[in-house]
Amino acid sequence: MDSLLTKMKEKGMKSLSPSKTKITVGMATCGIASGAELVYNALADEIEKQKLDIILSKTGCIGMCYREPLVDVIEPNRTRLTYSKVTPKNVIAILNQIAEGKSKDKKPYCRIDEEDLIINEEKIRYLTGALPDDIKAIPLMKEIDFYKKQVKIATRNCGFINPGNIDEYIARGGYFSLQKVLSNMEPVKVIEEVEGSGLRGRGGGGFSTGFKWRSCRNAPGEIKYVICNGDEGDPGAYMDRSIMEGDPHSVIEGMIIGAYAIGAHEGYIYVRDEYPLAVKALTLAISQAEEYGFLGKDIFNSGFSFDINISKGAGAFVCGESTALMASLEGKAGEPRAKYIHTIEHGLWDRPSNLNNVETWANVPVIISRGREWFSKIGYKKSTGTKVFSLVGNVKNIGLIEIPMGTTLKEIIYDIGGGIPKGKKFKAVQTGGPSGGCIPKELIDLPVDFDELTKVGSMMGSGGMIIMDETICMVDVARYFEEFLEGESCGKCVPCREGVRRMREILDDICKGNSKEGDVELLEDMSQAIIDGSLCALGGSAPNPVLSTIKYFRNEYNAHIREKKCPAGVCTEITRSD
Amino acid sequence: MDKVKNAKKNNKTIVEKYHGEKSSLIAMLQDIQKEYNFLPKDTLNLLSEETEIPLSRIYEVSTYYNSFSLKPQGRYVVQVCAGTACHIKGAPKLLSRLENELNIECGETTENLMFTLKDVRCLGCCSLAPVIKVDDHIHAYLTEDEIQGILENYRK
Repeated sequence: MDSLLTKMKEKGMKSLSPSKTKITVGMATCGIASGAELVYNALADEIEKQKLDIILSKTGCIGMCYREPLVDVIEPNRTRLTYSKVTPKNVIAILNQIAEGKSKDKKPYCRIDEEDLIINEEKIRYLTGALPDDIKAIPLMKEIDFYKKQVKIATRNCGFINPGNIDEYIARGGYFSLQKVLSNMEPVKVIEEVEGSGLRGRGGGGFSTGFKWRSCRNAPGEIKYVICNGDEGDPGAYMDRSIMEGDPHSVIEGMIIGAYAIGAHEGYIYVRDEYPLAVKALTLAISQAEEYGFLGKDIFNSGFSFDINISKGAGAFVCGESTALMASLEGKAGEPRAKYIHTIEHGLWDRPSNLNNVETWANVPVIISRGREWFSKIGYKKSTGTKVFSLVGNVKNIGLIEIPMGTTLKEIIYDIGGGIPKGKKFKAVQTGGPSGGCIPKELIDLPVDFDELTKVGSMMGSGGMIIMDETICMVDVARYFEEFLEGESCGKCVPCREGVRRMREILDDICKGNSKEGDVELLEDMSQAIIDGSLCALGGSAPNPVLSTIKYFRNEYNAHIREKKCPAGVCTEITRSD
Repeated sequence: MDKVKNAKKNNKTIVEKYHGEKSSLIAMLQDIQKEYNFLPKDTLNLLSEETEIPLSRIYEVSTYYNSFSLKPQGRYVVQVCAGTACHIKGAPKLLSRLENELNIECGETTENLMFTLKDVRCLGCCSLAPVIKVDDHIHAYLTEDEIQGILENYRK
């Protein structure tokens, strides 16, 4: 089998860096929305028209969303060039430049001479020989500000492989970890490795992945399930979409390894209804993995069998909660249940079930390959490894970033993000989606990890990081999140259903100038009751946006209530304060 | 009568695709909605008969999830992204302009069954905020003033 996988790798290498020129276009959802499809079609037409011997391929999102659409040109033995903000009008210029070997009309944004694969420390050399003078001036991708501090583990292949081609995944070290596990490692050893790496759940909870696997393995019952949570519901977060669309096999490989460790033979991937492209990519990837024998019966002749099914959500935020997700998988309304019955023992169909998020699964093959020591050295205190964030909102370089845990907010916003556009001042950063909070500029030196974010009243969540400048009203932001949660509360328990609605009404009044002294205190009291009395994490964390804005932006609440003014000028029904 | 026959045939195909598995109720409803653009009452009755899932369960699920509609929807479904990034970049203004232009409120369908206006929690295109999605097409970096032109294109 070893030689078979190596053969597949060679085949994949030929597809990744072929002996003739290859052009790839970033075609994730965000790329397509910025016009990548038009660029792709224009390239295809022109290549056909000029009868050029060029391979045209699609890839996922490399993270530089602020420069989309992105086109990469890979010529044999030459440096890999990335063109950004490409329009169909640039297509002829780019093709001419390939023919002439010079860049003039459309300047490349950055280049890659060689790349270190994180999973197996192999190098992919694009450039052999000397670098032409006109290319020297183009910066290396790893040296541009946006990438300098990034370490790509979970998103290692996004933007580099064609997600629809399993060989390219294998060429970059894919499925070798699975082979290692099935041929050389006892399930318990796999769990020890993952537990020792310190990997914590990337979906927001931050629970130890290895510990979870162990508990599920030890739970009584013949039939067990592994589930991938692809119900990325946090508004402002899209890293899981990007991984599912751009590197579906990393999730699938992680799940097979997890299933082997736990003793499960059936798995589910639950994907949001809003992500049709992710469903398509995963469906194709699963059929390819089946064809190659990585899924199905007797994988790698090990006697171990495992299958994966895809289940589409139907638009309910609360289905990101583990018990609600499992109810939805059973074809029911996605209502959570009390947590004293653990899903590890009584989950899907009342059987032991292990649920991990997309990004968590994508980390697993790298941990197996590089080992726990290596992984646990990356990161900060009790948060090892990296985290993918969607850096969005009022920031210059908008995109997906993967950084070691412990990187400070300042480094993220200013070094990677390039600061606040239009000369505006930074005001706050929102993390953790509707369960998180707003962190003020005074805390900009905060190292970002699970525990530090919780300490300041926010949380990691799935990784949305929304930067807000001085034009954003924090009361309106709190109102926005409570409105969101009011709509998404399943209605099963009273504190959440009624409490969140009441909080939203009070916040509405504050924004409209109908508030009175004491409203803030009332919000605080209600928050505590909702935290104490709610059944699931949606309700239990629902007051976070309100509490964190009251804590750090009390003066804004006061201005709304006492002076009937909105300092940021967002709440148009009351006068602007300046 | 033909309509009823067709509905029966369509339903059978959908039910058979999922082997009548009760756990596939959501997937079956998704297929039905794809077929009819909404969940017609007769179809749900038939589904209940064929799968032996109580009608109350079917309605519980149909009304629980945002993506299902019990009323006919417009030819084009306009979804305004209400994610955080879109919110702070002006999504509420886009929504109210759309409500004005279409003369309906969020969640409603125009009388001529041309447009249904909805808000959606997050389309995951935060880097392009604010965005709206009309059918499968995402309009990025949208301003209020572009809305009229976009609607005109679909009206043609």
